[in-house]
Amino acid sequence: MEKQDVLLSDVVIKFAGDSGDGMQLTGTQFTNNTALLGLDLATFPDFPAEIRAPQGTLPGVSGFQLHFSSDRVFTPGDMCDVLVAMNAAALKANLAFLKKGGRIIANIDGFDAKNLRLANYIDGINPLENGSLDSYDVIKIDVTKLTRETLKDFPELGMKEKDRAKNMFVLGFLYWMYNRSLDSTINYLEEKFGKKENILASNIKVLQAGYNYGDTTETFTTRYKVEKARMPAGTYRSIMGNQALAYGLIAASEKSGLPLFLGSYPITPASDILHELSRHKAFGVRTFQAEDEIAAITSAIGASYGGSLGVTTTSGPGMALKSEAMGLAVMLEIPLVIIDVQRGGPSTGLPTKTEQSDLLQAYYGRNGECPMPVIAAKTPSDCFNAVFEAVRISLQHMTPVIFLSDGYIANGAEPWRFPKSEDLQPIHVKFKTDLEEDEHKFLPYKRDEKLVRPWAIPGTPGLEHRIGGIEKQNITGNVSYDPENHQLMVNIREKKVENIADYIPLQTLDSGPEKGKVLVLGWGSTYGAIESAARQLQWEGHAVSHAHLRYLRPFPKNLGEILNNFETILVPEINNGQLIKIIRDKYLVDAKAYNKVKGVPIAKGELVEEIRKYL
Amino acid sequence: MSVVENGLPVLTAKDFATDQEVRWCPGCGDYSILAQVQKVMPTIGVPKENIVIISGIGCSSRFPYYMNTYGMHSIHGRATAVASGLKATRPELSVWIVTGDGDSLSIGGNHTIHLLRRNFDVNILLFNNQIYGLTKGQYSPTSEKQKVTKSTPFGSIDHPFNPSALAMGADATFIARSMDRDPKHLQEMLTRSHKHKGASFLEIYQNCNIFNDGAFEIFTEKSTKPNETLFLEQGKPLLFGATKNKGIKLDGFKPVVVEIGVDASVDDIWVHDEFDFYKAQILIRMFDDPRLENHLPRPFGVFYETERACYEDILNLQVEETIATKGKGDLDKLLRGKEVWEIN
Ligand code: SF4
Repeated sequence: MEKQDVLLSDVVIKFAGDSGDGMQLTGTQFTNNTALLGLDLATFPDFPAEIRAPQGTLPGVSGFQLHFSSDRVFTPGDMCDVLVAMNAAALKANLAFLKKGGRIIANIDGFDAKNLRLANYIDGINPLENGSLDSYDVIKIDVTKLTRETLKDFPELGMKEKDRAKNMFVLGFLYWMYNRSLDSTINYLEEKFGKKENILASNIKVLQAGYNYGDTTETFTTRYKVEKARMPAGTYRSIMGNQALAYGLIAASEKSGLPLFLGSYPITPASDILHELSRHKAFGVRTFQAEDEIAAITSAIGASYGGSLGVTTTSGPGMALKSEAMGLAVMLEIPLVIIDVQRGGPSTGLPTKTEQSDLLQAYYGRNGECPMPVIAAKTPSDCFNAVFEAVRISLQHMTPVIFLSDGYIANGAEPWRFPKSEDLQPIHVKFKTDLEEDEHKFLPYKRDEKLVRPWAIPGTPGLEHRIGGIEKQNITGNVSYDPENHQLMVNIREKKVENIADYIPLQTLDSGPEKGKVLVLGWGSTYGAIESAARQLQWEGHAVSHAHLRYLRPFPKNLGEILNNFETILVPEINNGQLIKIIRDKYLVDAKAYNKVKGVPIAKGELVEEIRKYL
Repeated sequence: MSVVENGLPVLTAKDFATDQEVRWCPGCGDYSILAQVQKVMPTIGVPKENIVIISGIGCSSRFPYYMNTYGMHSIHGRATAVASGLKATRPELSVWIVTGDGDSLSIGGNHTIHLLRRNFDVNILLFNNQIYGLTKGQYSPTSEKQKVTKSTPFGSIDHPFNPSALAMGADATFIARSMDRDPKHLQEMLTRSHKHKGASFLEIYQNCNIFNDGAFEIFTEKSTKPNETLFLEQGKPLLFGATKNKGIKLDGFKPVVVEIGVDASVDDIWVHDEFDFYKAQILIRMFDDPRLENHLPRPFGVFYETERACYEDILNLQVEETIATKGKGDLDKLLRGKEVWEIN
């Protein structure tokens, strides 16, 4: 039968299977293939906290959602068009997120009696057989059987090894269905298994078999195509959040001329930053896997004190452990960047799920009056520029800075029009090297017009001095218990951080009219959902605007004015209302909250409905 | 400081004093330690600007304020971790950690053992006064059992640490003990600590005359010192007593006290070898409570020294070797990655 090509503009695929089924890899491979075609995309990997959760069960389901389009993509999509279900549990866990009439690609081997039982299908009722999926387009494939069949000429591979290639069959089949070339995955396999010829050959063979299965099986008559996206012209690559963050730190190190030192203790979902940075010794990056979270930050303080760019990375529980040391950095008035890739809390909480619930911790979570600038990234690629800014502020204002990302941003991928090195602004840093003519003695807390103190590093003759966590006398830096001085220093530290507002860009609207009915004010990873919801309502003719904050402390100077231009300020957050508390406190506006704390991102659809309430 | 020798100005102890008023209680053992450190610093051949003293919290941790070098008075227990980051990135600096028994063995115990196993080339000066001074007199992790303090009115029930044994367990490469009341010995141990390439762990018995006066009296007082202390010297037999009339003999793995000319000759006495890993463990375990009958004398001096690569050297070597083989990192190449596409 003749096969036909159908043009689509927008597709959401969810790859779901057991955590041992290789769904993260399959999703990543399909994503890279999609990116190379110049489509816009967003991803959402969603996996269990356990490395190998019980096989076949609902908690063991690992998912990877990919949204690609010839239009702009802001989110991984609320609902999917295609659900790949490698077993019964994967179907059960994800069916609610499949659009009505959507397509299910099911591996029937994953729907045997045992899998049905593990997925809690009562009395072993098979949803693939009982008509319950009649309103969907179900493609049933015995992936296991076909994979084994394909590999019958590989006697040296055991059954387990053969079955491990199952995901390649599915990937090959999807490549056929979406008119793709297999090259990107073949290249990947060659790089990964280059020396293990058997494994390489078997994986490629199964990948091709999946593709051919689509091509030769008569029932499949339609293939789909999505055109290149209309994105700004330029050269693009695909990037994940933690990777962009690591690159941003390296770039800032190069542009400031200060060697990068990372003190870190492994913690989900921040560890990949440590992994990435540890590979880049050629940039003079020194990574130190410390014995605990406290040593991670204090070693970074030591490195900063010595004139390096000191950075520490962690997630919520680690942030809590670092608080005292952050206070020390505030007292010392030295640069330091603290990166918190937020996850579900409190305590251990939901390690692999996303949440924005550390904002108040970042703002206030220390003893004493302890102000620190706070900056947040909004998308995976935005981590690059945002962390570069965090470093700039830290170095130029002699202050520790908190940088907030989250699990959703950290593991998500998107196309990135990466900058050229020459287009990045240099970060000017000047160590103090000599006494001025009118100085007889080095005064470590004598400040410039920004209230910033000089940075004199050990090894500089004549500038020997002592700093520490006890209150300092302004100017001299000597220990001081004087009440007047303490008040003065508390005020200065606060003012010093507030002054940063003069050195950051004014807030702009991401979309929508300058004055209007509703301003949706967001920060962090809710960017995509808010922007796409706002655009939909704008397209419908509503005066809805979106402003997304990168600078959370201090706020841009014009934020108050912007807030005044709207009848309603709506603040959606993946927490119980944190930014909104600060906004209400600072601007005395009756902002409205939209909160959801389920460990998953806010969806565009629910947000559109929420905004409508105020129109 | 006008004289110059080998390109370095000749400094004296005075050059290392600051204009800050020293605020320890009168009579505190810290004064003597400060004086010895100030005396030793001009002799170690390191420019003043390259010396950094990092401390945690506690009475002893005020130390940096009184030394005219670079210094940081950090937070409780973390001096070792701060110093690790500094030394990793600035290996040319001479880094000294001043800490107390609470600071380095209780709240900061974790960082202490990890610093030792990594073997950063730094010097730990552990002022052990067996009490919490700054918080006004609670027992510490080195306080002897049954100690009555503000927080242990019925006597402490904690078994105390033997700091040197802890350091040995963490594979420290230099372990020594000295005391505030023996300036000459302390100066020698400070110099040895400096000379050792790797982490030096120097425990200094320090009298807190306010909350734990006389804790080490038995080792420091003229009348008891000869019989209660054993001063270790490389290659010399372990002799002690007023006329060096007693010695330590090894009975199998067990150290026993013998009297020269009575139950042994000098030839029977254990000869100290700082580089003997196994014997060092026995020596370090000579830690009897002096209240017990037939207790062994307490050793002072260098228990153990060995060579092992320092963390910062390997770290920096990895960086240098990567740059030598792969070239300096190219930011544009990094940002571009392996696969790109064009949108026109
Ligand atoms: S309390 Fe004890 S240790 Fe502290 S300064 Fe006074 S005498 Fe010295």
